[in-house]
Amino acid sequence: MTASKKVANRAITPRLEVKKTYKLFINGAFPRSESGRVYEVSNSRGGFIANPSLASRKDLRDAVVAARAVQSGWAKATAYNRGQILYRIAEMLEGRADQFASEISLASGVTLKKAQDEVHTAIDRWVWYAGWSDKLSAAFGATNPVAGPYYNFTIPEPQGVIAVAPAESFLAVIDAIAPAIVSGNTVIALVPGSAAIAAMTFAEVLATSDLPAGVINILTGSHDELAPWAASHMDIDGFDISGIDKKKRTDLKVAGAENLKRILHFDGAISPTRIYAFMEAKTVWHPIGV
Amino acid sequence: MSFYGIVDGSESSLKHFLAQLPGVDQVGAESRAAMLATRSIKTTSKRWAIDTAISMVDLTTLEGADTAGKVRALCSKAVRPDPTDATVPSVGAICVYNDMVAIARTHLDSIGGKHVPVAAVSTAFPSGRASMEVKIQDTQDAIDAGAAEIDMVIDRGAFLSGQYGLVFDEIVKIREVCGERAHLKVIFETGELVTYDNVRKASYLAMLAGADFIKTSTGKVAPAATPPVVLVMLEAVRDFYQMTQRRIGVKPAGGIRNTKDAIKQLVLVNETAGPEWLTPEFFRIGASALLNDLLMQRMKLDDGYYASPNYVTID
Amino acid sequence: MTFEYAPALESRSIVDIKAKYGHFIDGKFVPGKKHFATINPATEEVLSQISLGGQSDVDKAVAAAQKAYTKTWSKLSGKERGKYLYRIARILQERAREFAVLETLDNGKPIRETRDIDIPLVAAHFFYHAGWADKLDYAGLGKSPQPHGVAGQIIPWNFPLLMLAWKVAPALATGNTVVLKPAETTSLTALLFAEVCQQAELPNGVVNIVTGDGSTGSTIVNHPGINKIAFTGSTEVGKKIARAIAGTNKKATLELGGKGANIVFDDAPLDETVEGIVNGIFFNQGHVCCAGSRLILQEGIADELIEKLKDRMAKIRVGDPLDKNTDLGAINSREQLSKIQELASVGDSEGAQRWSPACTLSAKGFWFAPTIFTGVTQAHRIAREEIFGPVLSVLTFRTPQEAIEKANNTPFGLSAGVWSEKGSRILWATQQLRAGVVWANTFNKFDPTSPFGGYKESGWGREGGKHGLAAYLKEGK
Repeated sequence: MTASKKVANRAITPRLEVKKTYKLFINGAFPRSESGRVYEVSNSRGGFIANPSLASRKDLRDAVVAARAVQSGWAKATAYNRGQILYRIAEMLEGRADQFASEISLASGVTLKKAQDEVHTAIDRWVWYAGWSDKLSAAFGATNPVAGPYYNFTIPEPQGVIAVAPAESFLAVIDAIAPAIVSGNTVIALVPGSAAIAAMTFAEVLATSDLPAGVINILTGSHDELAPWAASHMDIDGFDISGIDKKKRTDLKVAGAENLKRILHFDGAISPTRIYAFMEAKTVWHPIGV
Repeated sequence: MSFYGIVDGSESSLKHFLAQLPGVDQVGAESRAAMLATRSIKTTSKRWAIDTAISMVDLTTLEGADTAGKVRALCSKAVRPDPTDATVPSVGAICVYNDMVAIARTHLDSIGGKHVPVAAVSTAFPSGRASMEVKIQDTQDAIDAGAAEIDMVIDRGAFLSGQYGLVFDEIVKIREVCGERAHLKVIFETGELVTYDNVRKASYLAMLAGADFIKTSTGKVAPAATPPVVLVMLEAVRDFYQMTQRRIGVKPAGGIRNTKDAIKQLVLVNETAGPEWLTPEFFRIGASALLNDLLMQRMKLDDGYYASPNYVTID
Repeated sequence: MTFEYAPALESRSIVDIKAKYGHFIDGKFVPGKKHFATINPATEEVLSQISLGGQSDVDKAVAAAQKAYTKTWSKLSGKERGKYLYRIARILQERAREFAVLETLDNGKPIRETRDIDIPLVAAHFFYHAGWADKLDYAGLGKSPQPHGVAGQIIPWNFPLLMLAWKVAPALATGNTVVLKPAETTSLTALLFAEVCQQAELPNGVVNIVTGDGSTGSTIVNHPGINKIAFTGSTEVGKKIARAIAGTNKKATLELGGKGANIVFDDAPLDETVEGIVNGIFFNQGHVCCAGSRLILQEGIADELIEKLKDRMAKIRVGDPLDKNTDLGAINSREQLSKIQELASVGDSEGAQRWSPACTLSAKGFWFAPTIFTGVTQAHRIAREEIFGPVLSVLTFRTPQEAIEKANNTPFGLSAGVWSEKGSRILWATQQLRAGVVWANTFNKFDPTSPFGGYKESGWGREGGKHGLAAYLKEGK
């Protein structure tokens, strides 16, 4: 090849990117789906973006085992410690804000500016939730003036393992996960469709944020396939189905009745009741007497 | 019989005595132990602490796979922990199963280790689940083979079901078997007793029954010799000395893996029971891996740079 | 076979103390006019020259705070205010060691305490209050509560940076701006905190620091531009402030003195109780408003407990505050040392029996050995007056009711302790005690979520928790 042709070729060929392989996030690690399946995510023009893992019911089963194993430890951490970890996650999110914005823009087709706004809202929302960890008792606890010589107090406590099925957006994923874990629950998030792209970057943030393995687990894939398995799983305590098609919610609630699972959906208003929704209240009596 | 004039050995006398002991507040005990763990022991005091800790180690092998060869290697290490440095003291004792005692004693005597006693675990160690006859025989065999120290386990099942008289009687019987020939350490297995109140009760029970040493654990169950557990036991021996003028020893065993852990134990002794206990006669540390870390830290103090495991021997 | 601990000094090289300081006003360090020396009370070494703030300095600071409030701070959302506080919390964590060493040098308290207690609590206070900034609607103070404007804050020398955190964090979280005067003998960590505000890019004028003495404090209290006062210090000065603001609209919280009763029942967990008593009066050299300075023992266990207490006191390590093994550091000033010595002599002349363990005290610096007085009764001055030093007065009681009566028989009402293994008795006692903070089977525990403050002459209002926000807010429209 002549020298001039070599130069010309070098000018046209760009540097090839090392593309990310998308896997699941279970127990702090990144395994592929045990089913070996993937699904395709394309951009708004139909161009290929990635093949996220298509999670199976067995992946869900494994995620529940992981989430259950660490839940009591996460609940026993001080509220201050949980708040610190959640704030650290926000710091890591902020550091990657540009990456999130470009991924959201690419996968969902919105403009980069809209994507950036969504990311900033998501980060600020996460920080808002982080600040609740040591204030839940002030909001939802009480000492109760019972008519007798008893000290009576109510403490709000986390329920346990919560599944969430958010709608297909990064902000919805954040809005579903944060309120569940800030009080000491652990979470399995069923992330649908193109939201998998930003959700797996979020998983990388979680893996680098001092969050104990298993507190948040992320399964990318199909709500239609996984939601019924989550709804009927006897070792899941609560299920946030805000992202499930309204027509499909009834069947899930029927299935969840088997262990009286708390199956709830939220209309988007931001309030601490979304945190309290996955908590219990324990009331204690103790006599007062010399 | 009269046990220091404090109990008469009957179940009711024991129950009564144990019930009037003050409780241990868990949070308070743990925070006291945590504060003492912040003591910073440096330079000359660190060097002293390391050498003292080495001399207190009960170098231990208690494995199903123990052989004569393994026990002999351990004994050599016990007498001369660092072959290149004669200033390193010998350890406090060798601790083995009773069928290894004779091998250990013979080998120690042949390599200039007459001053290193052999301790044997006994009474169906580690579970303690066997008949009294078996436990007595276990002890007798060890002493006949040359053990100068017996580390027995208490019956935790009996303890946890409130049969304090049974626990007490077993210790008294084993103490009789030991007679003048061996000193008796009584192992509580604090990980199974769980509460500090139980540790306090077990301490008094054992001391009144004739223990020479009270010991935290078998090393087979975690948690073992946590600082607050050792703190409670040191308070017990301190108070017992006030009551009886008899000084009982303490041996933490299990979970003390490095020099930092060992020094924390010495600080606990120093600021709880007192400096009179800072001798192998009244404080021992049951360990195996600890010794090499003590040696590496000792090297670092002498040489001024960090050591490597290549420069200490395995046993 | 004694185990001597070799010196284990924390290095001073991490701090960089300037020869002279001015004030921090409107986001900048500005020079002051008159100066006075601030010393290390352990060695009497001069650490720096601190500015004596006068009327014009206070005027400028208040003006800066007002401008910042009107133009910037009140226009920011709670969410954005919270982010500044989070930044401050994180930078404090990053520079924790530097602050701990500086606090020890300036105050005289042991490095172990600044490192393990003071500074971590400081960061925690900012972290906790950062989270309230955008949640005030949920604080139980009505819908959309509003800040007062400019808060004038005057803090004491016993926990310099922690008292700054207790004041500044809630003030900023609720939307107020601040003019703060640190104590005369301990201004250095407040001035370093100003650097943190700069690193966090806190808008100019939101926090202003004017150093000085009692006259500077008075100028702030009397300044018409101050909407709310927060004071921690002596009851005497607290009363002066209450008189001074009587005819004005200024709100005030006052955190004053105490003579905390520590009640020990005969079923107390003895060893942990001894630790709690020691912690209650010797922590921070007894320079603690909520110290357990009156030990009220059930008569039946008094002798046994006092013996155990003396044995334990003999293990207290008095010495160089920068040594990581020191338990009891220096008294903060010559003036405070004289007060302690004077009251201790009063104790002697009142016929109480004084005991201290043998201690070698350095000739330079201000030192007082840990001391107990036994045979004390309510009629003794040392049972009544706050000594603010490592001196414990021991009284006895026969019945629970008597214990409560003695505990409550004081114009103070800040703190109390109860030691017993019986839950119902603890709850009964806490119900009877007229004190704002009651510790059961523990002592001197603090947390940003836990409201702190006194009854009666121990002050007005609470700091910390949801309750602590109330002082900095008024009902919205």
